[in-house]
Amino acid sequence: MADLAVSDLVVGYGPVRALRGVSMRVPSGSIVAVLGANGAGKSTLLRAISGTLRFHRGSCQGVVTLGDQRLTGLDAASVVGRGVVQVPEGRRVFARMTVEENLRAGGLGRSRRDYAKAHDQVAALFPVLKERARQRAGLLSGGEQQMLAIGRALMAGPTTLLLDEPTLGLAPLMAARITETIKEINSLGTSVLLVEQNVAMALSLASHAYVLEVGEVVLEGTAAELRESDEVRRRYLGIGDAVEGALETRTLSRWS
Amino acid sequence: MTTFVELLVNGISIGAVYALIALGFVIIFKATEVVNFAHASLLLAGGYLVARLWPVVGFWAALLIGVAAAALVAAAIEFLVIRRANVASHSVLAIVTIGVDIVITTELTRQIGTDVLAMGDPWGSEVVRFGGVTLAETRIVALVTAAALITAFLLAFKYTGWGVAMRAAAEDAETAALMGVRLGRVSMSAWAVAGGLAAVAALFLCVFPTPGLDRSTSLVALKAFPAAILGGLDSTTGALVGGLIIGVTESMMSGYQNDMAFLGRGIGDVAPFLVMLVILLIRPAGLFGTKELARV
Ligand SMILES: Nc1ncnc2c1ncn2[C@@H]1O[C@H](COP(=O)(O)OP(=O)(O)O)[C@@H](O)[C@H]1O
Ligand SMILES: [Mg+2]
Repeated sequence: MADLAVSDLVVGYGPVRALRGVSMRVPSGSIVAVLGANGAGKSTLLRAISGTLRFHRGSCQGVVTLGDQRLTGLDAASVVGRGVVQVPEGRRVFARMTVEENLRAGGLGRSRRDYAKAHDQVAALFPVLKERARQRAGLLSGGEQQMLAIGRALMAGPTTLLLDEPTLGLAPLMAARITETIKEINSLGTSVLLVEQNVAMALSLASHAYVLEVGEVVLEGTAAELRESDEVRRRYLGIGDAVEGALETRTLSRWS
Repeated sequence: MTTFVELLVNGISIGAVYALIALGFVIIFKATEVVNFAHASLLLAGGYLVARLWPVVGFWAALLIGVAAAALVAAAIEFLVIRRANVASHSVLAIVTIGVDIVITTELTRQIGTDVLAMGDPWGSEVVRFGGVTLAETRIVALVTAAALITAFLLAFKYTGWGVAMRAAAEDAETAALMGVRLGRVSMSAWAVAGGLAAVAALFLCVFPTPGLDRSTSLVALKAFPAAILGGLDSTTGALVGGLIIGVTESMMSGYQNDMAFLGRGIGDVAPFLVMLVILLIRPAGLFGTKELARV
């Protein structure tokens, strides 16, 4: 197991600069949160780590490492091979395939034994996926699709899991359920990089967090520090001072 | 009635051969979203090798080499041309395949010249009689072989890891890559399978009652394009149904053309394209397709 580290990451989509020199670290075994409004560059950060920028015509400078191995420049499948697996924003389950086939797609290329082990683990975490095994993934509810997306990623046997807004659009009960699952997955030894707009939830899970704004890290610290920070309380948790500048209004309006 | 049964069985048989070609076309489209206009040249290349090699190594070895070579050529096109071509759109890649087709077909046509090459197959012009119905052995073998290959393909597509990777990549390439699917391998294997199927189809397009392989063989292969398109370019089921529709229509139209003289001679050759046009007018995405052709 090794720390995932990103240093001086600069990403552009053609002329659009999406990240401007971002550095962060996910210590082995921890949960680290990345917070920020829409368009801050959170998904871009995960794409750069996973090696999928080329699907968006993005290009990247800077270095991503896992322990002493460089991930930069590897293709997406090789990054998965190193144990860094992403659950993309919007779940992206293979809607035309069955639940079981989705899980299979996550565990391709693993040995029979590893596959069976991962399959048991996923079934234990998400019993509903076992019940729905033969159903088309497109017919699942949003929450079930999120479970499937996480389960599918777990089939690859990740040491580090990247989660892009896993509770987006879910009912509060289901969001809480997913939150619990993330805690459970982490307690089994998987590091988690959690991208969230739900700041309260993210800070309750994470030990450490970074706040991204327009492609830059503007705040970072332990979750406790950030929970206490005026900036975060005011802008992301909606607590405290009601006086807001134009910038704050812009950001806040996106939280509602 | 016996004429009808003969025409029907022959139509299904030739339709199954078209389905082999169309299936390859669809697999390539699903895996890479490229419309492969070089498909007929792959077929010609496979068939040509079989025709040239059987006098030397015997029919079965020649067939094996022809199929393997067509698969290899297809994989090479994917690796050298499609993957390297750093172009934005799939329509541009489709045009690139036209270029590849012209290069391969021109060279092979030059090699073939005005010859008609026999395929050296063991069935020759034998016929089988069931009651009053007379069928060429080649048609029966074609039907059985095509059905077996198609079944094997569909089972692999449904149940093997390769099939799951294929379908995942076809549905959402980025997410498939995020799950560790190697898209390059998926696409190369799709091309190779398509090439191999095309070579088998080449054999059955050139055996009795066709005199052999000549430079017009790739034109015959073109009839599989309407099969793929009318079925829906991204549907394997569509390729099969499309192949059968084209085969049976062609067979019936040719068989009964004297009764339909008002449609003009040679209606059997045009029929596949007419059927395609009519079906696309009614269903622009093809019978089973999900993507409109406008996307190509
Ligand atoms: N495929 C793309 N092409 C061009 N610009 C993009 C693309 N994806 C994202 N961007 C831009 O990059 C910035 C960061 O986007 P993103 O990483 O999706 O933010 P977040 O996930 O935090 O909402 C935004 O300004 C967005 O418009
Ligand atoms: Mg995002």
